[in-house]
Amino acid sequence: MLIKEFIQVLRDKRTRFMLFGPPIVQMLIFGYAATLEIKHVPTAIVDYDNTEASRDLISRFAASEYFDVRHLRADQRQIPMLIDRGDVTLAMQINAGFAQNLGKGQTAHIQLIVDSSSSNTALIGLGYVNQVAGNFAEDYQMSRLMRLSPAMTSGMPRVVLDHRPWYNTDLSDRWFFIPGVIGNLIMVIVVNLTAFAVVREREIGTLEQIMVTPIRRVEFILGKTVPFFLIGLLDSILVTAFGTLWFGVPLRGSIGVLAVGTILFLICVLAIGLFISTISRTQQQALMTAFFFIMPAIVFSGFGTPISSMPEAMQWLTYLDPLRYFQEILRSVYLKGVGLDVLWRQMAAMAILGIIMLTISVFRFQKSLD
Amino acid sequence: MKLHRLKAIVSKEVLQIMRDARSIAIVVGMPVIMMLAFGYGISFDLKHLPVYVFDREGSRQSQDLLKHFQASEYFEVVQTVNSYPALVRAIDAGDCKLGLVVPHDFSHRLNSGRPVSVQALIDGTDSNSANIAIAYSQAVVRNYSQQIQFDWIRRHGQSAIQSPLSIDARTWFNENLESMANIVPGVIVIVMAVIGTFLTALTISREWERGTMEQLISTPVTAFELMLGKLAPYFVIGLLDTFLCTALGVLWFGIPFRGSWILFLISSTLFLMVILSVGYFISVVAKSQLAASQISLFATFLPTFLLSGFLFPIDQMPVAIQAVTYLFPARYYMTIVRNVFLKGSAIALLLDELIAMSIMAFLLVFVATRVFKKKLS
Repeated sequence: MLIKEFIQVLRDKRTRFMLFGPPIVQMLIFGYAATLEIKHVPTAIVDYDNTEASRDLISRFAASEYFDVRHLRADQRQIPMLIDRGDVTLAMQINAGFAQNLGKGQTAHIQLIVDSSSSNTALIGLGYVNQVAGNFAEDYQMSRLMRLSPAMTSGMPRVVLDHRPWYNTDLSDRWFFIPGVIGNLIMVIVVNLTAFAVVREREIGTLEQIMVTPIRRVEFILGKTVPFFLIGLLDSILVTAFGTLWFGVPLRGSIGVLAVGTILFLICVLAIGLFISTISRTQQQALMTAFFFIMPAIVFSGFGTPISSMPEAMQWLTYLDPLRYFQEILRSVYLKGVGLDVLWRQMAAMAILGIIMLTISVFRFQKSLD
Repeated sequence: MKLHRLKAIVSKEVLQIMRDARSIAIVVGMPVIMMLAFGYGISFDLKHLPVYVFDREGSRQSQDLLKHFQASEYFEVVQTVNSYPALVRAIDAGDCKLGLVVPHDFSHRLNSGRPVSVQALIDGTDSNSANIAIAYSQAVVRNYSQQIQFDWIRRHGQSAIQSPLSIDARTWFNENLESMANIVPGVIVIVMAVIGTFLTALTISREWERGTMEQLISTPVTAFELMLGKLAPYFVIGLLDTFLCTALGVLWFGIPFRGSWILFLISSTLFLMVILSVGYFISVVAKSQLAASQISLFATFLPTFLLSGFLFPIDQMPVAIQAVTYLFPARYYMTIVRNVFLKGSAIALLLDELIAMSIMAFLLVFVATRVFKKKLS
């Protein structure tokens, strides 16, 4: 039984490739394409003041790697078109009187238009603008005070933020996404394979043939799941090795903890796959139903964006998602290097979910065989 | 091409879809579920980031700074701890994403006019959130620092000091800077790509698997008729789903639709043609439904998700990957959909994308028919 299933999966050259090719390609695409980092934001600046002060401000923007100042001598009337066309994301206008206001100690205004159709780019871009402008303002104020009363500046209080990103010191998106992709891949591969395996037999009619052989139910279920369990395990070793060796994502925690998490997660996804197979008659149904499960599961897991930013009702739903816990385990073991003392909660949640889902699935599965 | 033969195939295909209750549930349910899951689930708007605080001084001034954090909607100070190890544990366990450490001589240094630094320990695992959190916390501290300096200057005799620079930022197209306005139109593209390829690739490869395709071939139907007849129902489904998603986006999520409906319809038609041809092509190439599903996932879903600019801006990718994105139709359609929804762009600005999709549609229909004919002979 076990051997038959293995042979079936590994016989077809294309399926064989599909088991191991896409994981690698996906890792590659995710590793290189998935970046939320924003640099070189295309920027237009219109300077109607054209003084030393305004040029100083512009040069600070030009010097920053976050901005790509493209249209310097643009006319104010060109700005709407530049933004409409998507040529620039930021457009800044410095009005005449900028330096004069600064010199008088009054507030000088800068007009800024942001194309926020891509909100993340706009948000991060705005953050950078505030940073550059804030530094400019601070420097300018200091030099002004220096002129007015030099004594005062020597004892000026100041609070600065000394920020230290931990675990991912360079804030690399790759380090964030690669461990996450491992979870997604295992889920997609194992759920699909398991769901398909049973449904295909039913569709072709070989299920009846097997049922008349002396194979017991339990043996059948085991025969249908153990190979995929092993394939899932193999795939996870493959992608883990690839992520570590190719992309250099540090695996700081213990492989043992990772293995325990992976096994618990595999039980959960096998149960989901098995469940889908019991409610599908055709392979097409199985695939679409699997999609129904997998898509929300990936979104709810916090794979791409933080769970804390979701609406509260949705945050509660994420607790039912085994991938949520596995993502936390993957990222924690990889980047934080923490052990079971921290991750036991996630492990326990997955174990409970796995047992419940497996029980339901096996029960339904037995019924569907009758 | 004979119209009655075409009609026969279309009605057979429609019958097959209608008979299967699950297919209908999928065709209607999938877009709704995906819109809701993505629309609410993917949010780049950082809000209520859990913060732990280790205030080593506990003075009025240090509390004042922390109040500034508490007042910001981006942060939520959930707990105050009394030791450094407790803070480290909280970050390790993921209980907080940001840990603030106020030094023990905070007010002392401020009162004596010296700079003081506040430590922000940030869980950098989620790099994007960490980046935004850093920008927000810097803004909070900068404001606080400026306030202190103004107080200082006032106490030392200079009067009526003003903040030297103010930025009047206006956000166009998505005034409240909500990521939802960006994500929801993008989901339409994803839904169409999924429905378009998966449904077609699987139904047709099923015919191959069961051998019913050979039966069809022995009838006088031509390859082109067969393809057209097979795809027409899915084309209609695809368009219906586009409208369903658009209606959901506009009515439920309140995303503005500012552009031209005609432009939207033309580009959706082109995109569907491309994506259906790809599905058809896959079904011809793949031998089994399993293989067809895997190839679909690989050739359409993933690129649509990753390389279309849906979540990850294309202009930030390495140049080699940027070049690859031009090969996938979703890239063009994504640009058009977002522009039509949010910017209300005129056709002239999106001409490049329309032309690229037209060429793709033409080429793919041609190739799919050729490959199909070859397979028959």
